[in-house]
Amino acid sequence: MHGVGIIKGMIETARNFAGSYTDPERLITVQYPEEKLPPVENARTIPFLVYDGVDAMAGLRCTACMICEKECPPQCIYIVKDQVKKPDFVGKLQVQPKVFDIDISVCMSCGICVEVCPFDAIKMDQVFELSTNDRFGGLLVDKTQLAKPNEYFVKLHKTEASEIDARREEEKQKAEAAAAAKAAAPKPTPAPAPAKPPAQAPAAATPPTPQTPAQPTAAPAPAK
Amino acid sequence: MNGLDQVFVRLCHWFAGLFPASVQPLIACIVAITAIMVVFASCFALTTIVERKVLGRMQNRFGPNRVGPWGLLQPLADGLKMLTKEDIVPYSADKTVHFLAPLALTVPIWLAFAVLPFGRNMTAVNFNSGVLFFFAVGSASELAVFMAGWSSQNKYSLIGAMRAIAQMISYEVPLVLSTVPVLMLAGSLSLNDIVAAQGTYTIGGLARWNVFTPWGLAGLLLFLIAATAESNRSPFDLPEGESEIIAGFLTEYSGFKYALFFLGEYLGLFAITGLAVTLFLGGWHAPFQWLEWVPSWLWFAAKFGALIFLFIWVRATLPRLRLDQLLNFSWRFMVPLCLINLLVAVAWYWSGAWKSVVAMPVRWLLCAALIALPYHWLGRALRSASQSPRKYIYAE
Repeated sequence: MHGVGIIKGMIETARNFAGSYTDPERLITVQYPEEKLPPVENARTIPFLVYDGVDAMAGLRCTACMICEKECPPQCIYIVKDQVKKPDFVGKLQVQPKVFDIDISVCMSCGICVEVCPFDAIKMDQVFELSTNDRFGGLLVDKTQLAKPNEYFVKLHKTEASEIDARREEEKQKAEAAAAAKAAAPKPTPAPAPAKPPAQAPAAATPPTPQTPAQPTAAPAPAK
Repeated sequence: MNGLDQVFVRLCHWFAGLFPASVQPLIACIVAITAIMVVFASCFALTTIVERKVLGRMQNRFGPNRVGPWGLLQPLADGLKMLTKEDIVPYSADKTVHFLAPLALTVPIWLAFAVLPFGRNMTAVNFNSGVLFFFAVGSASELAVFMAGWSSQNKYSLIGAMRAIAQMISYEVPLVLSTVPVLMLAGSLSLNDIVAAQGTYTIGGLARWNVFTPWGLAGLLLFLIAATAESNRSPFDLPEGESEIIAGFLTEYSGFKYALFFLGEYLGLFAITGLAVTLFLGGWHAPFQWLEWVPSWLWFAAKFGALIFLFIWVRATLPRLRLDQLLNFSWRFMVPLCLINLLVAVAWYWSGAWKSVVAMPVRWLLCAALIALPYHWLGRALRSASQSPRKYIYAE
């Protein structure tokens, strides 16, 4: 019989029409500004800077090593090193950024800065409501706006964050053990330093020398 | 015949009575024109939002629901947007024709409403050849479409207009042919007479609408299909096939002229729906005798709304046809079936004189078979034609 397909189709659309009033599950639209879908763990939008502890600027993991700035394909990161150093999570003095700006109108969300960072300092955020009526100032975010606590990072990317936290905890224990050994040993610094390979022995030697060549050599150690 | 039924008629008479007797006919005319324009323009606004909501629901999503409560102010927002948009006329366009095309589309369609009976004593102009007048002004839209396509100096506009012309002329034939049985059996071209002919009731209390006969049902379906094509609606919206020719003859129109085209298209749909109600669905008559107390204009509005909903429903369901399928469907299927439907109407008319107990079922069976068998055969022929490989014939 000709025309049966049309009738079948019309029954289907009629069922949709009636069903949309009786069964709200059918309506797949999310009424966006009022309701939002929970973010997916792998979602990523723009980078942010991770800090530990309560004070954002003191706990910033970034050491201003400039790797991300150099690797960034659209070159949206701008870093200026600070002359004043601050201790990192194992208590070693590190350089800190004086200026850390990301132009998010240029950022293409590739995540390369995250992959190259040897300090787990820059991670991908999930914010997406970034529209502003100030095209230039509103989209150029500085380090105070970029800095977000580690707890926030754990909330966004639980798997990755817990792995990083475990590694950092291990490194911290090792550093504490080394410090304890150093304190126990009567001799001055050179002796225990080579004995403990991980991060801080070569890194400890770096501050006097110019930083840029030294940082990459130090970089692989915490990353492994 | 209660007071509510004649409330608009009396209002019109009362208002005309405020003026001297010499200008009273003129005033009555102006009131009728104003009423038609206000009602159907607001109908247009309402239909745009209802159509989008219903389409959305049929596709398992909300329609527009942001402007006002439940999105009801959306037509207002759309209208404001249309009015404030820049009116762009192409540099090489024929400016006069480009300007006149939307007017040439909209004005004749308003005229078509003049002959439609919207309720008891509610016909603006009681023409004795109303159907003829309706089709005469209705086919003016083809001219407007071609004016729009030609004057735009744009290949998409021209192709779209030529498609529209091919489609509208092809479907004009079944559209008119499917109304002929109604005119034959009513014996009149006046829409008021046609409504009156459907105004009696059988013993069971059911109205004698044309749609309750085999030829009437077939005629209504043929008429609705042709009307869909005539008003360029999905699945026959080829003149505006976005996938191939951008927006067809509307490509070079923007702002208020575009809105006028949009208005013209919807008004054409309303007019032709009103005609379908009048010809096949008994006009403003109630379906049962015991429902006669409901005002007649309310019955017209209900049938009108139901048919508009049907058009939206079809739009939500069916995909767009290809041009050769479209024309094949008209010339190889619709037109023969319309001609056969004439014979069915004749058979129905002659068999009405049969006086026997079994006459009624036999009459029904005979007429239904007369239309159903050709439907089956023509459909099979059309299917084998549409499934054969396409032949491309190029100009030498």
